[in-house]
Amino acid sequence: MKYVIIGNSVASAGCIEGIRRVDSEGEILVVSNEPYHMYSRPLISYWLSKKVEDVSYRPKDYYEKYRVNPILGKKVVQVDFESKEVILEDGEKINYDKLLIATGGKPFIPNIPGLDKKNVFTFIKFDDVKEIDKALFDGARVTVVGAGLSGLKAVEALIKRNCNVTVVELAGRILSSILDEEGSRMVQKRFEEEGVRFLLENSVSEILGEEKVEKIRLNSSNILKTDMVIFAIGVVPNVDIFRGTQLKINRGILVNERMETNIPDVYSAGDVVESLDLLTNENRVIPILPNAYMQGEVTGLNMAGRKVTYSGSFPMNSIGFFDMHIMSAGMVNPSSNVEIIKRIEPEKKVYRKLYIRDGKILGFMFINSIDRTGMIVDLMKNRIDISSFKERLLSDNFGFLDLPKEFRKEKILGV
Amino acid sequence: MEIKSKKRIYPKEEVCIGCHLCEIYCILAHSGTKDLVKAFKRLDRPSPRVLVEERDGYYITFALQCRHCDDPLCIKACITGAMHRDEKTGYIICNEEKCVGCWSCILVCPYGAIRRGENGRAVSKCDLCIEQGNPVCVENCPNEALELKDLEALK
Repeated sequence: MKYVIIGNSVASAGCIEGIRRVDSEGEILVVSNEPYHMYSRPLISYWLSKKVEDVSYRPKDYYEKYRVNPILGKKVVQVDFESKEVILEDGEKINYDKLLIATGGKPFIPNIPGLDKKNVFTFIKFDDVKEIDKALFDGARVTVVGAGLSGLKAVEALIKRNCNVTVVELAGRILSSILDEEGSRMVQKRFEEEGVRFLLENSVSEILGEEKVEKIRLNSSNILKTDMVIFAIGVVPNVDIFRGTQLKINRGILVNERMETNIPDVYSAGDVVESLDLLTNENRVIPILPNAYMQGEVTGLNMAGRKVTYSGSFPMNSIGFFDMHIMSAGMVNPSSNVEIIKRIEPEKKVYRKLYIRDGKILGFMFINSIDRTGMIVDLMKNRIDISSFKERLLSDNFGFLDLPKEFRKEKILGV
Repeated sequence: MEIKSKKRIYPKEEVCIGCHLCEIYCILAHSGTKDLVKAFKRLDRPSPRVLVEERDGYYITFALQCRHCDDPLCIKACITGAMHRDEKTGYIICNEEKCVGCWSCILVCPYGAIRRGENGRAVSKCDLCIEQGNPVCVENCPNEALELKDLEALK
């Protein structure tokens, strides 16, 4: 059996580890256009802030240990699904028995004039931060476009590197994918304490300068002087080479619950696929790291012959900025027929809010009160009726003692 | 290549007396010294890897450690690869050098068994006293409210 994986990140690791649980013999080949040992993309902001030097996601002896043949720094230009061949940029053809497409996401960049100027960056890959690092200097004026998770992780790193940071965001608030308005304002305030300036309901319409970026024109017509621009608006599934082929793609690649695409022996996992959102019961791209791993693992197990299914997920995030930590999952903005329970302690910057319907948790967001949050995610996932202990969900020390005895015992002793 | 933990600690809430000795022995075992006074005087005193649950007005207490799950969500959610399974023992261990404290494992652990560590950087979780041999919380529980089970023998 010959397994070929396009992509060398989290879904790929899940797949390799899934395959090897079942099949220790088969040949595994990983192709990536990046030249690096398997690394963790979320670590790039930590690298830029100099908190870590090593961004690797798996140990140095990983490929050897899992008997993987890595082909790194080479781009896949086409897949011939008929002859079951992956074609590389240098013309090399690699045949496969089973293929995983784990090409991940690519940065979304608005089509505006001046993108070709120097010191305009994105914030996804290791190469991005390496280039940003080269261009950085003390006191540099940096404009970050996008106040989402990766944009604000970039901002945090830049503050730690003594930059003057301005954030331009199209929405009227920051972190709108993981927080409601009240939560957003709390986090924004914390960034402002660090000297970050926010230009909300605004966007960049042009990048100005000779060779390098010198200024940007904003949608509000204002001109802003800047030394660097970093686009961190979001990611879109990286499906370019598959457009116009027989592979079924909506926004992301479509797969079934075994991560199989519409083409035999071709699987897809990670930020490039659409999968089931358990809370809305709809398929969509949920580009979060745990999903990528789990989907990759399900793929690997299936490829190697075990029948397993991916049960779906919902968005969830754990992220810290300076001394503030945020966890949220599921619904973050209230809709109709939703009960809201909350606890706010402004002086401690503590915020806990949950959305409940028919006794089930639909979503929550916690700031600076995050211990044992996984227990709440578990209640959500298993659609447990929380009516009898609802108020306890707001407590910092929510725990098993708050759960009905039978449930608690089964949970702890049942495994 | 399917590796699982062969051991798991089970609490007995009926006999736990809420003395917190398990926490104290856990701190000592992970402090790098054998002297309790020294361990507790250390500025970066380790946090306990076992959690005693108790509430005002409740008469139930029990201690809970990592379940060392067969299908561990913490490993899948870890953004750095710090959380991993020890190949020899099957225990789930966090490489504290590698951990950056994103707390993704805390977000997904259904048992709430992972804590933010003492240095605010790395997580703190039960390692079943992999260095010592036998879990000190179990060995030092005065009322036998913690039981170490051999999962293979159970099968």
